[in-house]
Amino acid sequence: MPDQTGILGGKNLTHMAEGAEGLRSVPALLHRNATVYADRPAYREKEYGIWQTWSWSEVADEVEALALGLMNLGVNEGDHIAIIGRNRPYLYWSMVAAQMAGAVPVPLYQDAVAEEMEYVLSHCGARFVIAADQEQVDKVIDVQEHLHQFEHMIYVDPRGMRKYDHRRLHEFSHVQAQGRAAYDEFIEDLKIRRERLDYDSTCVMLYTSGTTGKPKGVVLSNRNIVESAKASAEFDNLTAGEEILAYLPMAWVGDFIFSLGQAYWTGFCVNCPESAETMKTDLREIAPSYYFAPPAVFEGQLTQIMIRMEDASDFKKKMFHYFMDHARKVGPDLLEKKPVGMMDRLKYKLGELMVYGPLKNALGFSNVRVGYTAGEAIGPELFDFYRSLGINLKQLYGQTEATVFITAQPDGEVRSDTVGVPSPGVEVRIADNGEVFYRSPGVFVEYYNNPDSTAGTKDAEGWVATGDAGFFDKSNGHLRIIDRIKDVGKMSDGSMFAPKYVENKLKFYPNILEVVVFGAGKDRCTAFVNIDLTAVGNWAERNNIAYASYQELAGHPEVLDTIQSHIEETNKSIALDEMLSGCQIHRFLVLHKELDADDGELTRTKKVRRKIIGEKFADLVGALDDGSKNIYTETEVTYEDGRKGKITATLEIRDAKIVPVTTTKIAAE
Amino acid sequence: MKDTEGYVTADGRQIGGQLMELKNITLKFGGVTAISDISFDIHEGEIRAIIGPNGAGKSSMLNIISGFYTPTEGELWYKGEKRPAMKPYEIARMGVARTFQNIALFEGMTVLDNVMTGRLTHMNAGIGAQALWWGKARDEEMENREKVERVIDFLEIQNIRKTPVGRLPYGLKKRVELARALAAEPSILLLDEPMAGMNVEEKEDMSRFILDVNDEFGTTICLIEHDMGVVMDLSDRVVVMDYGKKIGDGPPDEVRNNQDVIDAYLGVPH
Repeated sequence: MPDQTGILGGKNLTHMAEGAEGLRSVPALLHRNATVYADRPAYREKEYGIWQTWSWSEVADEVEALALGLMNLGVNEGDHIAIIGRNRPYLYWSMVAAQMAGAVPVPLYQDAVAEEMEYVLSHCGARFVIAADQEQVDKVIDVQEHLHQFEHMIYVDPRGMRKYDHRRLHEFSHVQAQGRAAYDEFIEDLKIRRERLDYDSTCVMLYTSGTTGKPKGVVLSNRNIVESAKASAEFDNLTAGEEILAYLPMAWVGDFIFSLGQAYWTGFCVNCPESAETMKTDLREIAPSYYFAPPAVFEGQLTQIMIRMEDASDFKKKMFHYFMDHARKVGPDLLEKKPVGMMDRLKYKLGELMVYGPLKNALGFSNVRVGYTAGEAIGPELFDFYRSLGINLKQLYGQTEATVFITAQPDGEVRSDTVGVPSPGVEVRIADNGEVFYRSPGVFVEYYNNPDSTAGTKDAEGWVATGDAGFFDKSNGHLRIIDRIKDVGKMSDGSMFAPKYVENKLKFYPNILEVVVFGAGKDRCTAFVNIDLTAVGNWAERNNIAYASYQELAGHPEVLDTIQSHIEETNKSIALDEMLSGCQIHRFLVLHKELDADDGELTRTKKVRRKIIGEKFADLVGALDDGSKNIYTETEVTYEDGRKGKITATLEIRDAKIVPVTTTKIAAE
Repeated sequence: MKDTEGYVTADGRQIGGQLMELKNITLKFGGVTAISDISFDIHEGEIRAIIGPNGAGKSSMLNIISGFYTPTEGELWYKGEKRPAMKPYEIARMGVARTFQNIALFEGMTVLDNVMTGRLTHMNAGIGAQALWWGKARDEEMENREKVERVIDFLEIQNIRKTPVGRLPYGLKKRVELARALAAEPSILLLDEPMAGMNVEEKEDMSRFILDVNDEFGTTICLIEHDMGVVMDLSDRVVVMDYGKKIGDGPPDEVRNNQDVIDAYLGVPH
């Protein structure tokens, strides 16, 4: 494998070898920002109905106080400090304060249940935990007897905490106050620790969501973070004037690089929503200039728009569809500054006034200059919808091990079916079996305490296996990702099977939330479908269809009819792709429950765990294959509080029409 | 025996002295005696429940405390003084706030505006200044809005702040009512069947909020409730009424085993 031509991206390679002007750690960047951007806003958070602002110099003061407080509690260099909670300035400061004191911040997914947290906390041997509120504190207390290294916990929100045993619990503001009081005692030591941070010291440890097996702790150095932030900020000309909304899980590498890495590198302002429920209102109020979201968020927003349009008056509906059709025709070309006729331009201008502008405003996208979707492949129809509105939405391909960036789409070269060219400083090559490999300054240091996995992923020369199959599009040099390499298979007749491709097509329909396609090694493809309760529920309401539960609605014959028509339409479009025409769906069922991370069916970043689903619902897969019309099934479910229950259902299995393919099938390589 | 000292609850909370004492209260509507000769007290910082079968006179009792009814006989002592007959709004100014069994919100107004009405007893700017939003009216509104926002934050209703109440589901309306009562910063909070008509999840949420309010603000709470499980879990002391008479009074465990109470709830052969 090694001797294939690597494709080297970008042009800014000269500065890659060293950190510019001694800015070799996040605390060093904070120090610079506090001097250069002193009074400019660094963080905003909506609280008590008002956006509260902290300037860079205020942040530097808060972080230093916390770092001193942590040292006062006994934090040593090299300790791991777990950070759990929703996006709040205090928790971002905690990460930087931990680094400043020489410790390693380990952000955790806040919606993880106690047992999942136990694994991560004991794997990294966290001595300290900084938790957002009572809910997170309770989870840690539940498992603390199994955590041998755990010593102290700090909580941000004191609500409901009064009656707790405070021998090992500390309030965030008290820790800071104690840090300020002990300034003289610790400041010299803190300065020494801060100076000792260099490009090779660990910046953060992030646990992968783990589509297979237990999560792994990815160790990222200051080099990884600072270089990646720098290169990507230059790629998109990010400035200190950007506004972003931090709402994605803090444990996700994307949030770390956008809300921390790039924010500290360029000095832009990070806005934190009031609560998870108010995110959409907050997004609209902030109107970010730089925005990123996994496809699921864009899907959710599109579903909302479509539902609300269904409820609109006839005139508005007609106007919406008329101008959206026009936008689909010329919008993407206008965005890429390609030639467009005068009349079409005028009509688009009118549409901007009547439809696109108000719509973007309602979505909070009025000011978006650069928008990225990442984390998973996005359906082309979905992608084009946003581009046609004039939103510069681009695709990015990356992973935790690369500190996000592997490839990204440059402005003016955006396509829905590729993920762009190698990011600045990244080398990409395709192995014989189609797997994508990369090498870059962002390549992770190691998996924590797991040399076997490290060696299995990263070779001696620094090339990392992505686990994804892909190829470079010959016409434009863009990378195209097909699917996870372990998911890409062959059907029994040898034609290529790429489930994600089919699933993404289906997920474009607002009625469909999630799809899992089976077909590897079989002669026909079959699918599980999850309906979108918001969209289908709205439809049921409008058509006077009563239902008591998700399960009942999912089994409604008219719902099945609708899903069937979506699948048959999709089959038609799949048939056009000669490489993948064998992936048409022959039979399907609508699942009686929503796939859920609490049941282990999805990862915390909402990716489908194909293998687990296949095993858990083996009876249903069997029924899809053997031609039966109905199947009775029992499923164990986990409620949000951790209790378990059982649901039973009889599911109807339907056959979908497929389009015969006349051309000879091309076997997968 | 008169007990004006505080006591310590089963879970170790220190309860203060007497906040309100009702002495030999009788309430008659014409020939009907709704409440006959009932005495009990409410201590500062406790959660006090009034329970009883339908028609026992619980809501009438709450209406006496809130000043909506004036007792036919008996005295009501509040903060160490005998309370004369007053209008309900005067009593509200003295720090008594309540929620209603049937939701009594302004349906067309937003959640925020509804909760702001809870602050009315704290606003005294003139109508002219308020119309112009100028001077004292402006300062007052900003100050009160901040208090209201803290309540909104506390009850986790930020996402419906600007939603008209009419569009909210029942469980949330109940929470908005609680928010409005809390916004008045009462020294005693009266809750008339806060869980009526709720599902299990909504009941759990509401219970948590009631406990949190009591814990966080130290608010004294007097509540009427039908759900025995909820009452027994939440309250520090319970008064049991039946046909206008008091048949039991004490901590939940004691009341639960009281034969009169069991008879009243399960019925006895006559």
